Amino acid sequence: MKSLSRLLAITKKEIRQMRRDRLTFGMIVGIPVIQMLLFGYAINTDVRNLRTAIVDQANTHLSRQFVVELRETQVVNIVERVDTPAQLEELIRVGVISVGVVIPADFERRVIDPDRPAVHLLVDGSDPTISGVANQLRIMPVAFDTGRIERRGNNVEVRPYYNPERRTPVNVIPGLMGIILTLTMMLFTAVAIVRERERGNLELLINTPVSSAELMIGKVIPYIVIGMIQLALILVVGDVLFQVPMRGSIVDLYLAAGAFIAANLSFGLVISTVAKTQFQAMQMTFFVLMPSILLSGFVFPFDGMPVFARYLGEVLPVTHFIRLTRGIMLRDAALMELYPELVALGAFTLVAMTLAALRFTKRLD
Amino acid sequence: MNCEYAIEARGLSKHFGDLKAVSELDLKVPRGQIYGFLGPNGSGKSTTIRMLCGLLTPTEGSASVLGTEIPGSARKLKPKIGYMTQKFSLFGDMTVFENLQFIGEIYSFPKAERAPRIEELLAKYDLIEQRRQLAGTMSGGQKQRLALACAVLHRPELLLLDEPTSAVDPQSRRDFWANLFRLAEGGTTIMVSTHYMDEAERCHRLAILDRGVKVADGTPQELQAGTGMHTVEVTADDPYHAQAALDHGAHIASVTQLGMRLRVLLPDDVADPVGTVVQLLETHGVRADVRQTTASLEDVFVAVTMSPEERAV
Repeated sequence: MKSLSRLLAITKKEIRQMRRDRLTFGMIVGIPVIQMLLFGYAINTDVRNLRTAIVDQANTHLSRQFVVELRETQVVNIVERVDTPAQLEELIRVGVISVGVVIPADFERRVIDPDRPAVHLLVDGSDPTISGVANQLRIMPVAFDTGRIERRGNNVEVRPYYNPERRTPVNVIPGLMGIILTLTMMLFTAVAIVRERERGNLELLINTPVSSAELMIGKVIPYIVIGMIQLALILVVGDVLFQVPMRGSIVDLYLAAGAFIAANLSFGLVISTVAKTQFQAMQMTFFVLMPSILLSGFVFPFDGMPVFARYLGEVLPVTHFIRLTRGIMLRDAALMELYPELVALGAFTLVAMTLAALRFTKRLD
Repeated sequence: MNCEYAIEARGLSKHFGDLKAVSELDLKVPRGQIYGFLGPNGSGKSTTIRMLCGLLTPTEGSASVLGTEIPGSARKLKPKIGYMTQKFSLFGDMTVFENLQFIGEIYSFPKAERAPRIEELLAKYDLIEQRRQLAGTMSGGQKQRLALACAVLHRPELLLLDEPTSAVDPQSRRDFWANLFRLAEGGTTIMVSTHYMDEAERCHRLAILDRGVKVADGTPQELQAGTGMHTVEVTADDPYHAQAALDHGAHIASVTQLGMRLRVLLPDDVADPVGTVVQLLETHGVRADVRQTTASLEDVFVAVTMSPEERAV
C-alpha cells in the first residue's frame, strides 16, 4: 500500500510539473500534428506535375493527340515546346525541366513498328524519384483509344493492393505513428529523469524511502497515457486530413502501441541512466531516431536494404511497430497473426528494462 | 536503538580514483546534539554526509547510523533521517504547499495528520504567505526554510544538513540556527556542515576536516583550550607593515589580519610569546599594541590545519 501511494505521489508530481511546462505540453500535441502535416503533405513519392518540354517533330494529328493524353496523366506539366532534342538537353542541364519528350518525325510509322520506340524520353536521372516516374510514362499506351493502333509491348500490369490509388499518406502515416512515438516517448522519459538529476532533485528523491522501481514506474506512467493520446491524435488527423483507412481492429492497434510504447520508455530509461545532462539525453535520442527513420522500412523498403542494415533495423522497436501498424491498419491483419513482431517488442522491453534497473541505483557513486 | 550515539563512524574512507576525499574518519555523534562539521570547500564534508545517509558507498571503513550499518541497505534508514542538500533540491516548478505535500506522500506520512502537519510547518517556518508561490521564485532564505521544513516533515530522528546556510543572508542564518536549537531540544540529532566559524561555535560538538582528514574534534571550548599554540593579538596603525615584520619571523607559526588587528600564532613551547612578537616588531620599527589572548575557533582552525613544518617553526 505504501509502495503504491509513493508511486502515485511520483506520478502526480510528474503530471503537475508537466502541466506547468508549457513547452513540453505543447510538444505532446505539436509534434504529432506538425510531423503529420509535414510528412503527409510535403513528402509525396507519388510524383505529379513534373516540368516537361516537348519537341514534336512529327506534328501530326496522332502526335498532337499523344501530347494531350500525356498531359492528361497529370504526371507531366508541359511548360515549353522547343525545336530540337539538343535544346531539351540544355533545359534539363540547367534544371528548368525534369523530363524532355521527343516525338520523332516518323512517329506514326514507329507507333506501329514494335521494334522501334515511338517516343524518346530524356529524364533528369539525378533525382531517383523522377527516374522512377519515367518508368511510369514508359508503359503509357499510345492512343489506343483511337482504335487504329494495337496495344504495344507493355505486358506487366501492376495491381497495388491495399493502396490502389497509390496515395503516399496511406503508406506514410502508419509508419509515421512509429516515428512520432519513438521521438516523444524516448525523449520525454530520458529528459524527465535527467532533468531531475541536473536540477539536484534526484539527490533529494533518492534520500526518501521511495524505491528505484517506484520512482521509475511512477515517472513513466504519465508518458504511457500521453503516448496513447498522441496515437489517438494521429489516427484522427490521419482520417480527417488524409483519409488513411483503419481496416483492422483499433483494439489490436492500441495493444500493439502499448507494447511499442513500453519498449521506447524502457529505452528512454536506459538513456536517462547514461546521460548526465538534458542535452546529452537529446543527442542520444536523435542517435536512435535517425536509424529509426532510415532503417525501419519507414522511408526505404526493408527488403531492399543490405543484410547488415536489415539486422540493425531488426533491433529497432520501430521496425516491428511499423510492420504491425501497416498490417493492422492497411491489410486488416489480426494482432495475433503478427505475433513475431510483438515478441520482438517484448524482448526489447525486457532487455532495456533490465539494463535500466541495473544501472539505476539509489546512489550517487 | 539504545546506543548513546546517533552516528558512530569507524575508519570511514572514500576515494574517487586517486583523490582521497575522506580518509579514515572516526566520528561519534551523541544523540540530541548539534554536531558541526567544519572545513573549507573540498575538505570532504559533503562526501561524509552522503556516505552517512547511504548515497555513497565507503571505499573502506563502516559506520552505524541510528543502528543501521553502513555500508549495507540504507532502506530502513531513509524514513528515520532528514537530509538537506547543499544545492536547493526541491521542485522549483511546484508551490511551497505542493512540495510539502509531495514530501508528506513520499514519506507515507499518515494521511489524516498530513494537512495539520503541513500547516504547522508553514507557520513555524514563516511560509504562510508563500504557500501558493512557486518554490523556484522564492528568495534564498525562503528556499532554505522550505528545505528545512521538508527535511523535518516526517519527524526524523537524525537531520543531516549539508552547508545549509551558504546561500542566505546573516539574519536568515540566525533564524535558521534558532530553528535548529528548537529541533535539538525536541530530541533530534543534527549534523551540520559549515565553513562559517560563528556557526561552528554554536554547535555542541564539532569536528574539523582538512583535505579529507579529521584534524580535531570536541566541544568548541575543548578545541579552543587545546590548540597547542599561543595566540597573540597585535593592534597596529599600520597592520600591513606589522604583518610584513612578523611573516617568516622566528617562532611565528601564522599571522592572520582582521581589520586593524593581527592574530599571531606561536608554538606553545615559546616561553615569552608577547616578548617575541614585540621584539620582532621593534626590529622592523613598527609600533603596536601587543597582548596575549585566548584562541578563537578561527585560530583553532588555522592551528589544526597547519602542516607539521609550519607548526614546528
